[in-house]
Amino acid sequence: METKPIYSLRGTELSCIRDDRVLFEGLAFELRSGQVLLLEGKNGSGKTSLLRILCGFREPDSGQVLWCGDAINDSEYYADMAYIGHLDGVKKELTVFENLKISLALGRSGHYTIQQALSKVHLSGYDDALVQALSAGQKRRLSLARLLITQNIVWILDEPFTSLDKQGIALIETLMTEHCANGGMIILTSHHDIELHSVDVQRIILS
Amino acid sequence: MSLSRAFFAIIRRDLVLALRRRAEIANPLLFFILVITLFPLGIGAQPHLLQAIAPGIIWVSALLAAMLSLDSLFRSDFDDGSLEQILLSAHPASILVLGKIIAHWLVTGLPLLIVAPLLAVFLGMPKNSIGILLLTLLLGTPVLSLIGAIGVALTVGLRRGGMILSLLVLPLYVPVLIFASNAVEMAGSGLPVNAQINILVSILFMALVLAPWPTSAALKMSIN
Repeated sequence: METKPIYSLRGTELSCIRDDRVLFEGLAFELRSGQVLLLEGKNGSGKTSLLRILCGFREPDSGQVLWCGDAINDSEYYADMAYIGHLDGVKKELTVFENLKISLALGRSGHYTIQQALSKVHLSGYDDALVQALSAGQKRRLSLARLLITQNIVWILDEPFTSLDKQGIALIETLMTEHCANGGMIILTSHHDIELHSVDVQRIILS
Repeated sequence: MSLSRAFFAIIRRDLVLALRRRAEIANPLLFFILVITLFPLGIGAQPHLLQAIAPGIIWVSALLAAMLSLDSLFRSDFDDGSLEQILLSAHPASILVLGKIIAHWLVTGLPLLIVAPLLAVFLGMPKNSIGILLLTLLLGTPVLSLIGAIGVALTVGLRRGGMILSLLVLPLYVPVLIFASNAVEMAGSGLPVNAQINILVSILFMALVLAPWPTSAALKMSIN
């Protein structure tokens, strides 16, 4: 059996200042393959800002984010990372299949084909449906299907459970557990109590 | 994970989107036709005057039509989060952005090229300048899209960026306007236009090479 490489994402002395307000400072963490980082805190405490720093959208006001020891902009980080934010990032005028096809063209193909991923998120049969005809929860599941068809190590999820029903939440939890078992790592924010069995969950509480 | 596949996937996606939102193609084209048809009505029965200012009319209308269509370049991608996904891709963002600009030109610039000869005849332009008009439009309208993209990328994050966009972009459009309409005018009088065409070609190549970088950098700032 081949040994899986160990990846690590490290943040050192991170701080974020927004409109003269210090959201957080001196934040440090290290996340390795198979681990989950759960960000908690009340609204406006800087969870999304931290996620966007980890995505490279925003420069931290101090500190660094390191991927396997290198700064994220100088490494292969973007090829290994997938982000799902508040916005689903799907085009409503395109069909489910076309949307996934674009994501596939932008990334590396992963474990699942589009069909397999759709059945995994309970959207099979919707391939040719326009996204504007889907419900909010279905759109959310579609954007999560994107994680499955592309090959990534880090998943960065901003409130992934929004507008999902109980089944949907359980589904995402299963997918996340699987991803961690395969050597991936996940950073997420959530107001729900997530149940991840047999997964090493670190928590950062922002206040 | 090949760059060319991603590049063509983006172009294809934007063309399909434009087909499904036809108003987006029709709007600038309709504007272009309307403005040009209104001129003869406004000027009255003075065919010589009309003929003399025809190159200017067509080029100014093309410029305004291009301005009108700019906002749609990144707006919907910005609003629904697709832009984040494009910028997060491991591919160089400037190449993907170039794909978007090319698709935008195919949708908004190319139709102008197709109706322009008809409108030129309508304005009484001499036959020998129609070819040059088409050539200048072919060289000039992509520049409008490329330069405009920088402006849109800078203003897409602002709620009311329209005014700033025109202030940013219009001055940069002026050289294209001057050389293009001048070339058409000279061609009408039977003079050589090599110099103007060469300048337009060099502007096009410069914009093609230089515009995608600031555009992608500005987009990264805008989604912050």
